[in-house]
Amino acid sequence: MEVLKIATAGSVDDGKSTLIGRLLYDTKSLTTDKLEAIEKTSKQKGYDYLDFSLATDGLVAEREQGITIDVAHIYFSTANKSYIIADTPGHVEYTRNMVTGASTSQAAIILIDARKGVIEQTNRHFFINNLLRIKEVVIAINKMDLVDFSEEKYNAIKVDFEELMSKRDYKDQKITFIPVSALKGDNVVNKSINMPWYDGETLLEHLEGLNMAAVSNVGTPRFPVQYVVRPKTDEHHDFRGFAGKVYGGELSVGDEVIALPSQTKSKIKEIYFYNKKYQTAARRSSVTITLEDEINLSRGDMLVKAGDLPTVEKQFTATISWMDSKKLMTGNKYVVQHGVNKVLAKVDNIHHKIRPDYSGIDEEVDGLGMNDIAKVTFKLNKPIFYDAFVDHRTNGSFILIDTQSNNTVGAGFIAP
Amino acid sequence: MKDTSHINPLENEAIYIFREVAAQFERPVLLFSGGKDSITLVRLAQKAFWPAKIPFPLMHIDTGHNFPETIEFRDRLVKELGLDLIVRNVQDSIDQGKVKEESGKYSSRNALQTTTLLDAIEEFKFDACIGGARRDEEKARAKERIFSVRDDFGQWDEKNQRPELFDMLNGQIELGQNVRVFPISNWTELDVWSYIEKEKMEIPSIYFAHKRKVFLRDGLISSHSEYVFQEEDEEVLERMVRFRTVGDMSCTAAVFSEASDIEAVVQEIRDSTLSERGARIDDKRSEAAMEKRKQQGYF
Repeated sequence: MEVLKIATAGSVDDGKSTLIGRLLYDTKSLTTDKLEAIEKTSKQKGYDYLDFSLATDGLVAEREQGITIDVAHIYFSTANKSYIIADTPGHVEYTRNMVTGASTSQAAIILIDARKGVIEQTNRHFFINNLLRIKEVVIAINKMDLVDFSEEKYNAIKVDFEELMSKRDYKDQKITFIPVSALKGDNVVNKSINMPWYDGETLLEHLEGLNMAAVSNVGTPRFPVQYVVRPKTDEHHDFRGFAGKVYGGELSVGDEVIALPSQTKSKIKEIYFYNKKYQTAARRSSVTITLEDEINLSRGDMLVKAGDLPTVEKQFTATISWMDSKKLMTGNKYVVQHGVNKVLAKVDNIHHKIRPDYSGIDEEVDGLGMNDIAKVTFKLNKPIFYDAFVDHRTNGSFILIDTQSNNTVGAGFIAP
Repeated sequence: MKDTSHINPLENEAIYIFREVAAQFERPVLLFSGGKDSITLVRLAQKAFWPAKIPFPLMHIDTGHNFPETIEFRDRLVKELGLDLIVRNVQDSIDQGKVKEESGKYSSRNALQTTTLLDAIEEFKFDACIGGARRDEEKARAKERIFSVRDDFGQWDEKNQRPELFDMLNGQIELGQNVRVFPISNWTELDVWSYIEKEKMEIPSIYFAHKRKVFLRDGLISSHSEYVFQEEDEEVLERMVRFRTVGDMSCTAAVFSEASDIEAVVQEIRDSTLSERGARIDDKRSEAAMEKRKQQGYF
């Protein structure tokens, strides 16, 4: 079974929830009772059409204000793929929500209102998708019905967006433009009869055609030890297995591995998934590994292939996305959670901040506020074993936890 | 050919979450209702820790109005797998005067479970409660985190949730707080059924078509039982039915069905035009019914 996670991005009123509702409706994923509820509420509100955003806006406050507040996950499937869509709202905590939604996605849909064209937010949405190394991006130019399905309008927006693309640093990203009307259903699931000039795929056709291997970020295998399995039963008296998820690549029985931080060498003896032994642990599988030698390994340690070591350092520099109303200042201490490993970190230096309009950087920085994106160096109380985010999406990322509130207050992408 | 039977992404994610719970918390508990979702959780927990046994107990909040088939199944499963089971009864909360039994046509003990649950969490000092809720079930649940922090009063602050990035789960809490954990958040109803079929898991018999005495109300099929209020003019019928979701008898409606084995059930779910919770009487109370219950500490 293939599961494709998609993040959506758009400004308030670009019609994101409507687009998702339309995808659900046209793939017949909305059940009769849910559809009846939407019909009833749309009628109560006096609308001339069905308000599909009602399918996704789940909180009372959202329905009252007609806006999306929090990230919602929506599920639907076709005969060949399961889809998980993260609906990420476009205001107040916009960066936080977008980064959160994109952090687990392989693809993204950026909405542009055909009447407004490329605006400052479009810039931001694209920047974040670039920062998070999302391989597959769809630019859905929405509300085409409100610009008379004009090809000129579509082309003009495309030209403006290509201007943004020329400035990006992540060139492997594939970008596809699709003119749609989420409200009327043009080019979402069904081909539009109103835009005969567009001969490309509909949104769903495009998603269906995506090759999962091509959208995945593959790197070198990293195995952070999550949990040590010691049954201490008569049957499995000496069993000592290291449970965890394999990231980046595969690991096989017989592979020479190095345990970090001890730098001890050993070989993979067995790979278990539940009670069955396997020759190879696939990328992203949650397995239990035993080693040929008795070595000391605990949660937060890491197994890597010999000759393929990550950086082991007591400091790193990263691009961070700040998500808290309490400011990040030089000298502040946070917990860095890097995968399953936690260390104490101190802000050593804020190098620069990305300007809110993405026109460049500011080097004079007085702390970071909500939604800021900046380059920061941290000093750590113990070394961690990391890769640059551009090389390894998992082993190059971390979250920041406030030591007092315990809240997750930021996300980071380690610089090369 | 390469054996890839271990790379179902949803299963791997759930196993990862179980291991995070065991590593990050001191006193986790698995909330077990005897329904298909919690049975699936038990199987996933077995897989996460094998060959060690599941390192936390199961807890059932018993309304006293459960289907007898569910209770019988629960006790058998616990015995076969050698698990620890804690049972706390809503009846005790009623007897202690902490909650009041609802009366009238739509009375149910479903909402009363919350008090019994919160008391049990305090009694055992549980810091993580693992549940089988899924985001596709209901729109308030679509906003739920995998690690969802509850305050000292067991309440859910839906507007102020921790962001969850990558697959890093932040389980840091203060004393008195607890975390609700949802390992199958990203599964759909069909995913769960397909998994039950693939794993050849046993489930309570009421999930399969059987003859039952029922009555019709507001387009829903309710069980005829001493626990369910029934008007005199609501006629008792005997029909072939099955349950898609299993909760308290008073809040779980049946569907007409001839699906008597797992294959037929999976096919029926695939073809269904009605959502799973369409047969939950508790959700029909109002559009925001689930959100309100969740804020108060419901599962």
